[in-house]
Amino acid sequence: MERPAWAPRSIDISVPSVARIYDFYLGGSHNFEADREAARRAMEFMPGLPGISRANRAFMRRAVEFAAEEGITQFLDIGSGIPAFGNVHEVAQAARPGARVLYVDHDPVAVSHSKAVLAGNADADVVAADLRKPQEILASPELGRLIDLNRPVALLLVAILHFVEDADDPCGAVAELRDALAPGSLLVLTHASYEGIPLPEKRSRSLVDVYENIRNPLIMRSREEIARFFEGYDMVEPGLVPMPNWRPRTAPEDEDPYAFSGFAGVGRTA
Amino acid sequence: MIAEPDGPEGRLRRLTTIWSRAVFPVTSTSLTRPEFEELLLPLARRLRSALRDRVFDAREGEAVGAALVDAHCTAPEALSHSLDCLDAYLVLYCGEDGDQEDLRARSARLQHSMAAGFARALRERTLAEQEAIAQAALRAQGVVAQALHASEARFRAVFEGAAIGIAIADLQGNVLQVNSALLRMFGGAEQTVRGRGVREWTHADDPPHLCRLYEELVRGEREHYHVEKAFYRPDGTVLWTNLTVSLLRDADGCPQYQLALMEDTTERRLLNLRLRYEATHDALTGLPNRTLFFERLEKALNAGEGQRFGLCYLDLDGFKTINDSLGHAAGDRLLVEVADRLQACATAPGEMVARLGGDEFVALTTGPGTREEVDELAARITNALVAPVRIDGRELAVRGSIGIVEGPAGERSAAEVLRSADITMYRAKSAGGNRFELADPEADARAITRHGLTTALPTALDRGEFFIEYQPLVRLGDGSVRGAEALVRWLHPQHGVLGPDRFIPLAEHTGLIVPLGRWVLEQSVRQAGRWRELHGDGTEGPLRINVNLSPCQLTHPGLVQDTVDILERTGVRPDALCLEVTESALIGADDDLLKPLRRLAEMGIDIALDDFGTGYSNLANLRRLPVSVLKLDRSFTQGMQQFPADPVDLKIVEGIVTLAHSLDLAVTVEGVETGAQAEQLRLLGCDTAQGWYYARPGPPDRLHDLALADATG
Repeated sequence: MERPAWAPRSIDISVPSVARIYDFYLGGSHNFEADREAARRAMEFMPGLPGISRANRAFMRRAVEFAAEEGITQFLDIGSGIPAFGNVHEVAQAARPGARVLYVDHDPVAVSHSKAVLAGNADADVVAADLRKPQEILASPELGRLIDLNRPVALLLVAILHFVEDADDPCGAVAELRDALAPGSLLVLTHASYEGIPLPEKRSRSLVDVYENIRNPLIMRSREEIARFFEGYDMVEPGLVPMPNWRPRTAPEDEDPYAFSGFAGVGRTA
Repeated sequence: MIAEPDGPEGRLRRLTTIWSRAVFPVTSTSLTRPEFEELLLPLARRLRSALRDRVFDAREGEAVGAALVDAHCTAPEALSHSLDCLDAYLVLYCGEDGDQEDLRARSARLQHSMAAGFARALRERTLAEQEAIAQAALRAQGVVAQALHASEARFRAVFEGAAIGIAIADLQGNVLQVNSALLRMFGGAEQTVRGRGVREWTHADDPPHLCRLYEELVRGEREHYHVEKAFYRPDGTVLWTNLTVSLLRDADGCPQYQLALMEDTTERRLLNLRLRYEATHDALTGLPNRTLFFERLEKALNAGEGQRFGLCYLDLDGFKTINDSLGHAAGDRLLVEVADRLQACATAPGEMVARLGGDEFVALTTGPGTREEVDELAARITNALVAPVRIDGRELAVRGSIGIVEGPAGERSAAEVLRSADITMYRAKSAGGNRFELADPEADARAITRHGLTTALPTALDRGEFFIEYQPLVRLGDGSVRGAEALVRWLHPQHGVLGPDRFIPLAEHTGLIVPLGRWVLEQSVRQAGRWRELHGDGTEGPLRINVNLSPCQLTHPGLVQDTVDILERTGVRPDALCLEVTESALIGADDDLLKPLRRLAEMGIDIALDDFGTGYSNLANLRRLPVSVLKLDRSFTQGMQQFPADPVDLKIVEGIVTLAHSLDLAVTVEGVETGAQAEQLRLLGCDTAQGWYYARPGPPDRLHDLALADATG
C-alpha cells in the first residue's frame, strides 16, 4: 500500500516548486510568492536564468519541429512542468496535425494545471508520474491511450535530468525508457552544466546551493557525463552542443550569452 | 509585400526592425527573431494609422499595448523599450509631412494609452494566471487528499481489522489509539485502555530489563524491542502477549510515537503450562514425577557454596503383595493415599515430594540446614505412614523403607545421589524394612562393587576368569594329607583375586551358580583324577576332593546326572568325591530335597555337613540326613587357639564328636592355626582337620608336594 511516488503528503504552496520557478523565469504568473522568492535568490547569483530558460524552450521547439520533419508523430515529454506558450503539443500539432503528446510531471499542481490547459485536446494528456520510476509512466493508462510503443516516439527530457541525483540512478531510468521505445525513436535532452556559464564557477555553485535549500538539488554534470545518457542512441548532427548551436535558425552570435550554459542534443535509437 | 526602401512601407519596416531589436531580448517568446518581427509589423501599422488618423483613438494604443502582453512580452522592460523606441522613431518614420507639434503630441498620447493597455492586459493576464495556478493547486490538493484518504482508509481498515492488537502512544506513554483487537484482548472496555499511561501496564511477571528497554526506546536510543509480557485485564485475569514495541519517527528522524503490536498468547501459554505440568507430574498421584524431581535435584546440587540437600528415598514394603492380593485398583488407591500423606510432610519452601514410579517415592529438602531437616523429614514420613490406610473396608498397614542421603551441593551428580539413596533404601529393607537408614559411603561402595560384580559374572565364566585353589585336609591321627577342599576364586580384571564370599551369593542370586558349580565340580574331579595318577590309590585309599554345593545347586534337577557324567568322563571313583552342603541349606529339608543327596550317597559319594553348629543344629535331624561327615564350624576351634583352651568349647566339641561318632559320622574341623590346637582336637577325637597350620589354599601342585612330603616323611 505504497503511496504513489507523485503524491506528496499534502500540497504545500509555501514550498517552492521547480516547475513554478521555471514559469517565473519565463515571465509567467503561474507561481506563488515562495517560488518567486526562490527564483529571485537564484537570479541574484545567476541573472541569466531567464535567458537559459528561453534557450531551452527555443531548443525544444527546434527539436520538436525536427522530430516532426523526421516523421515522428508521438511525443513523450517528461518533466513538462507548467504549460506555457509554445508548448510541445502546440509546436508538434502545428507541424503535424494529429500528433499525440503525453506530458509527465510529478508536481501535482503542474499536472492539475496541465489538465486544465489540455482540456478538450483529444491528442494530448498529462500523467502524474516520476522519471525515477519509468514503469509508472510506461504502464499508465494515459500512455496506453496516446502512445503506440511499437512506433517511434520522441522522448523529451528537457531540463529535468539535472534534478535527478545519482543515487536515484538517472542512467538506469533513461535506459529503461530507451528499451521501451521502438527503433527510430528520438531522445531530446538538455542538461545543466558548469560548462558554458559566463560566470565564475563559484557563483554557479551558489545557485546550486539555492536549489539545495529548497530540497530540490540541482546536479551539474560534465559534458562527458551528460553524453552517457545517450548510450544506445546515435547522435543526430551536430551532437551534444550548447543549446543555441543545435541547428540554429538565426545567427547564434545574436543569442544571450547565458543561452550557451549547459548542453543539448538529440539521439536516435537504432 | 516588397517595400520601397524609402516608401512608407519601407519606413514602417525599418521602425518595426528597430522595435523588434529593442524588445526581443526581453521577451519570453519562443518565436525566432524574424517571426517576432513579423508579429510586431501589424502593431506598428496600427500605431502609424493612429498617429495620422483624423480623429485620435486612444483605444488603438491600448490594443497595441495589450497585444504586446499577448505576445508574451510581459517584462516591464518590454514596455519601456517599446516606448523608448516609439518615442524616438514613430514620428520620424511614420509622421511624413504632418505638423510636427501635433504628431509629437499624438505620439505621446499613443504611448500613454499603450502603457495603459499594456498594464491592463498584464494585470488581467497575471490575475488569470494566478487564478489558474491557485485553482490548479486546489484541485491538486483535492486529488492528493483523495489519494491520501484512500490510502488512509486502507490503513484504517488494516488497523481495525488486524488480528493482532495495535496501540499507539506518545513518548510520555499516553495511549492515543488502540484497535479493536487490542480492546478484545483487554476484555472490551475502551476507557480502561485508552487514555491510560503505558506505565500503568506493568505486571508482576514483567522481565526485569523491560523498564530499561522502554526508557531506551522513548529516548530514541532503540528502534524496537520484543518481550513476552503479561497484562492485568480489568476483571483481574491475566493476559499474556508477545509484545513488540517500535519507535515511530517523523520525517526529520525525531522520535514521535511508540507503536505496540501485541499477540494474545494466553491460550498457548496455558496449553504450554498444562503440557509442561503433564510432562512433569505423575498422572495417578498428581505428585511431581521423575523428570521434575531430577530437575530440582540438579538445581539443588548446583546451588553453590554453603547449600546442601537432603533426600529420603521411600519404597513401600510388601506393596507387590497388596497389588497381587487386592488388585491394582486397590494398590493405586493406596499409592494415592500415601502420596497425599507424603505431600503433607514436605510443605516448607525448598521441599518437594515426587513419585519416581511404582511404589517408589522421594522427598527432597534443600538449603543450608538439611543436615537436621532431612532427619525430621524422614521422621515425619515414618509418622505419616503409621496410621493404617482404609481401602474397601480393610485396614492396610503401610510399611516403608527409607534411604537417606544428605550432603553439600556441588560434589555428586544427581544419578550418583539417587543410586546412593537406592542402595541405602535396600539396606533398610534388608535390615527388616519399615525403618530408615543413612547413606554410608562404604556400604555404597560395597553395593556398587556388588552390582558391578553381578553384571560381570556371566562373562567371567566364559572368559575363564575363575580358578580353583585347594586346601589340604589332614588326618589328625598321623598328620597325613587325605585330600583337599576345592575353593573357587575369581581373578577379576579390576578387583584382582576375589574369594567365594564376594561372588557366590551373587551367583546364587542370578542363577549363575549352577553352571559355575558344575564347572568347579568338573575341574576339581579332574584334579582328583590327576592326583590319583600321581600317587595311586595308596593304602589309605585315594586322595579325596571336597567340593561345595550351594543351596541352589541342591534344588537343581540336573545335579545327580551332572555329577555322574563328570565322574564317568574323568574316570574318578565316587568315593574320591565329597560334596559339602551347609547345615542351613538342609534346615527343614523335605524328602524331595534330600532325594538327590541320598542318590549321590548311595553311589558312594560322601556328603559333608558344612558349617555345622552355626545354624539351628537339629541334632535329631541328623539321623535322617544322608550325611557321613560333619564339618565343625571354625567358631568352635577359635576358642582353642589360646592356652589353656576354653573349657566350655572343649566340652562342646567333645560332645559333638561323641555324638557324631555314635551316628557313625566322621568329624572334620576347620580353622586350625596352631599345633596346640591340632593336638587338642586330636585328643578330642576329631578325624580330620584343615587350616593355616597345615596349609593355606593353594595351587594343585602345592598339595602334590605336601602329599609327597607326607608320604616320604
